[in-house]
Amino acid sequence: MPRILIILALTFSISTFSLAQSFVFTAIPDNDETRLIQRFSKVADYLSEKLDVEVKYIPVKSYPAAVTAFRHKQVQLAWFGGLTGVQARRLTPGATAIAQGYEDKKFKSYFIAHSSANLTKSEQLPQALFGKTMIFGSKSSTSGRLMPELFLRRQLQVTPDEIFSRIGFSGNHSRTIALVQSGAYQVGAVNYQVWEQELAEGKIDRSKVDIFWITPEYPDYHWTVRGDLDRQWGKGFTKKLRRALLELKDPELLAAFPRSSFIPASDNDYDLLEVSAKAIGLLD
Amino acid sequence: MLDKIIPVSKTGRVLSGFGLLALLCWISGDITITTATPGAEFQRMLAGLLHPQWPSLNELIHAILQTISYALLGVALAAVGGFLLSLLFHLRLVRVVCASLRAVHELFWGLLLIQLFGLQPLTGLLAIAIPYTGILAKIYAEIRQEAQQRHKPYLPAQCTALSRFFYTDWPFIKTDFAHYTLYRFECGLRSGTILGFIGLPTLGFQLETAFMQGHYADVTGLLLVFYGLIATIHWWGQFKFWSLYLTAALYYLWPGMSFNVNDIGWLLEQITPAPWREINSSFSTWFYPIVSQQLLPGLWNTLVTGQIALVLSALLGLVLYPLLSNHFGNPITRWTGHLSLVILRSTPELILGFALLLLWGPSLLPAIVALAIHNGAIIGHLTGRHSNNIQLRPDSAQGVNRYSYEITPRIMNQFLVFTFYRWEVIMRESALLGILGLHTLGFFIDSAFESFRLDVALILIIASALLNIGVDSAGRIVRQYLHLPTHRVIERS
Repeated sequence: MPRILIILALTFSISTFSLAQSFVFTAIPDNDETRLIQRFSKVADYLSEKLDVEVKYIPVKSYPAAVTAFRHKQVQLAWFGGLTGVQARRLTPGATAIAQGYEDKKFKSYFIAHSSANLTKSEQLPQALFGKTMIFGSKSSTSGRLMPELFLRRQLQVTPDEIFSRIGFSGNHSRTIALVQSGAYQVGAVNYQVWEQELAEGKIDRSKVDIFWITPEYPDYHWTVRGDLDRQWGKGFTKKLRRALLELKDPELLAAFPRSSFIPASDNDYDLLEVSAKAIGLLD
Repeated sequence: MLDKIIPVSKTGRVLSGFGLLALLCWISGDITITTATPGAEFQRMLAGLLHPQWPSLNELIHAILQTISYALLGVALAAVGGFLLSLLFHLRLVRVVCASLRAVHELFWGLLLIQLFGLQPLTGLLAIAIPYTGILAKIYAEIRQEAQQRHKPYLPAQCTALSRFFYTDWPFIKTDFAHYTLYRFECGLRSGTILGFIGLPTLGFQLETAFMQGHYADVTGLLLVFYGLIATIHWWGQFKFWSLYLTAALYYLWPGMSFNVNDIGWLLEQITPAPWREINSSFSTWFYPIVSQQLLPGLWNTLVTGQIALVLSALLGLVLYPLLSNHFGNPITRWTGHLSLVILRSTPELILGFALLLLWGPSLLPAIVALAIHNGAIIGHLTGRHSNNIQLRPDSAQGVNRYSYEITPRIMNQFLVFTFYRWEVIMRESALLGILGLHTLGFFIDSAFESFRLDVALILIIASALLNIGVDSAGRIVRQYLHLPTHRVIERS
């Protein structure tokens, strides 16, 4: 038994050792967080071929963990949500946004409700929301927290604490849908892509949970790189990386995110998010 | 008249006080089942429970090795540090430092250390090593003190501390040290696992993902692996293998470790309250909202959860202990009782709380019940084993009468010792379970980390540490008042 353990340990330590020298990226997809390694190692292979360096993917649990790993140079490239990208760049001098998903230019959130809440589709957020229970996604999610909260404050003129009798954070969008569908919360805000996908997969019973309001569009997920890539991997590396991302056309690889393609992006595309986050007190 | 309503014995008074307090907490606290239609989720959980599944072997082995390595290195470091500190335990300063180290839950240490080291092995093993150093120092000191008191009368007057240690203390305390350290290793495996919930690549990482995605078959599979590890620990975790394991663990984790000295400066800057970092901002306008919107609600909910959970754990412990006591049932019922108690107490509260939250929706209830189940099973286990020391007359009462009039009164004092020792643990876990979204201190701490306000996080962590230190001394006062032994009875499983 101990001998087996040692052999195992040796094998893995060799594999982790090489990780220290290779280019590392991370991504948290907006749905289905399982089998991440299988799905994203194909993306790593693609980048590795395009960039001529060894590329590794490491799975990360949450947005703050991803930001921290990025700041600590344990990750050089990250697929962040809108707000977390802003956070990461504020904490990591020199980091920049280089590309976003085609869908992310015009992202939106759905407000969904359990049938018992009796909320019907409307143009504006209804006054009937007062006194209901509400579930957001992750605390620093753009589509599950930041933008929904911003629109709530704008339209109803008060803070969510004053609107809802109970507020929760589900941690991710699939969970938000499940929690509203089970009636644990009456109202939820969810990333529209996850909703559409779960609807297509038959996971949603629309007699129990349905959309009652759609937010205006805003920018969301994007790729952010550290500012010191060229120093470590040679001049022009960041450009090459950006080109590789923009030229990624294989639908199987894009499905991991899931996006139809990547398009250019720059830091100030997300100014709106930074201002919004400051407005609701998520950033100082 | 009043004598008939209010019990006159000290124990009766204290216990009814705790019961009444719990009742008040229950009435005023946020305790409801909010799920309107939990049936579907429950069915999915049940289906998953019956059809366990495992992730790919490669990932699983990796997660297991990470979990074990963190636990091994963390506990080994804590054993060394704890031993050295235990030699200085007569110093007040050392006692205060140790009390503060262990008053902060390992997951909160983890959240703080992640900021310093990022996602890497140092974070995990130090998150275990730091609080465990505080715990082990105290236990080691107590064990040694006990041995010294026993041998004092027989020692010559001029006997150096060194020879006294090696010739009288050490031979007697080393087995106790070893037992307790192994028990801590088992706790370390639990801690290592739940550190996955904040992003380290241990079993908890996959467990949380599977929970979040509602893949209950994977949850069951991973939990079975976890129970397997804990249940076989006496076989593979023996000390004779440790030197081998430690070398392997160090070799395994070493390549991932890195440290940048500048990060200390960065962390110190970040944990400095924001108004002190900037000019023209007043401390009070920054501090009061934190107190009124986070600290006080968090403390209140933590207290409510902890007090109710303490009383429920005690009641559950009393109900469960006969399951494995030799005075009740037959070998088959005892064996099943033992197995179910092992499962109940091995499951980390965080995981129980997570499952209950999915079923019942958010209120303090899932946390209270999770804590009661976990701690009730531990108290039941310890009490049940203690009851085996009692010798009954061959013609003593059977069944309910034996339970109520023979065994329970005799184990009462020891049962209370076990229970009051869990008080501080329960309080620490109550704060922690806020990470799941219930508004105890952990919720606000997690939120502060999520928005990278480390200054706020630190204030809240200090508040939770002070709460635990307070509860620890309250526990001591109660034990003294009831004339219960004030030293920890070593929990061996």
